Amino acid sequence: MLDTIIEGAVAFMLIAGGAFAFIGSLGLTHLKDFYMRLHGPSKTTTLGVGFTLIGSLIYFSREDGPVIQELLITIFAFITAPVSAHMLAKSALHHKLKPDPRTRGNPVELESDKPRHTIEEAPQGNSPLP
Amino acid sequence: MIPPTRWLPMPVLSLLLLVVWLLLQESVALGQWLLGGVLAILIPVVCRPFWERQPTIKRPLKLLGYFFRVLGDIVTANIQVSKLILDPRGRMRPAFVEYPLTLKENFPITILASTITMTPGTVSAHLRLDGRTLLIHALDVADTKALIDEIHQRYERPLLEIFES
Amino acid sequence: MIDMALWIALALFCAAIVLNFYRAVVGPSLPDRVLAVDTMYMNSIALIVLFGIWVNNKDYFEAALLIAMLGFVSTIAICKYLLRGDIIE
Repeated sequence: MLDTIIEGAVAFMLIAGGAFAFIGSLGLTHLKDFYMRLHGPSKTTTLGVGFTLIGSLIYFSREDGPVIQELLITIFAFITAPVSAHMLAKSALHHKLKPDPRTRGNPVELESDKPRHTIEEAPQGNSPLP
Repeated sequence: MIPPTRWLPMPVLSLLLLVVWLLLQESVALGQWLLGGVLAILIPVVCRPFWERQPTIKRPLKLLGYFFRVLGDIVTANIQVSKLILDPRGRMRPAFVEYPLTLKENFPITILASTITMTPGTVSAHLRLDGRTLLIHALDVADTKALIDEIHQRYERPLLEIFES
Repeated sequence: MIDMALWIALALFCAAIVLNFYRAVVGPSLPDRVLAVDTMYMNSIALIVLFGIWVNNKDYFEAALLIAMLGFVSTIAICKYLLRGDIIE
């Protein structure tokens, strides 16, 4: 009886993980602009991989005592995914990728007429006076 | 929490290193405790110059509560985003939102930005250091004002209490 | 039951990697391609873990951990390059 419940839990975790990861990649493929595509992988794929790892954790814990190593990758994935998403969004803003026309709000970073400089890369030194 | 000393400059990091070492070795034998303990003391001492000032956690219990709330929100967020992606008509209302920060220190701002990325329909895109604003891209938002209020109430207020009160 | 779930999950992750590959090849901009490769390594972590369940050997965990760390560091490095290196200006 208990075995059946544990097996069910493992099966559920694996299938839910696969489904979430697939949906995330589907979003990566068919959404319209980069900023929308960023949502799928950063949230959904991370949770999908997390579910799969927890499924594997339960699977290996069932025979010889608790195995909690896999939790390490899960935590690592959940800490690093937002950081890489943030860096990717930053580089997309730097390259001034066009957002979907439906997007409301236009940040200064995307205005193309004036050159954008952050504080640390502002021109300094021998620039000719106007 | 634990006050830093000369030979233990980052107590929380040391504890974390020890736990990760024990998890990686998959054993709690005395030898692993000793080796892990030596590494947990040595690594922070060597890495000290690379680090900025350590933030102080004023209310550890509240941090735990925050952690579980975010964990719950991650699952909700994923179901919501999955629905949006699978919606055949693709009705979305994407928007760039400028979020005014009240947090001052770097570490709490990092946690807030990560939380925003992991929770419903928002990705933090850019942190402007001069204006103290965070640029957020939202996948489906009706009212940007309500979104700003919700983030402030739900995530920034607890972080303020934990780190800066 | 687990066998069945394992096959379904493997199929889903393989399909996800194919979709990532499509975006990495087609992707109109560089950040798109980097995002696709980033997602691909996340999916490959799950594939390796699933393979570990299949052959009933938990040592594959360490390979997954290595991929997770290297993937994260390389994504950040490429993003830094995209931010600082003068690619378009």
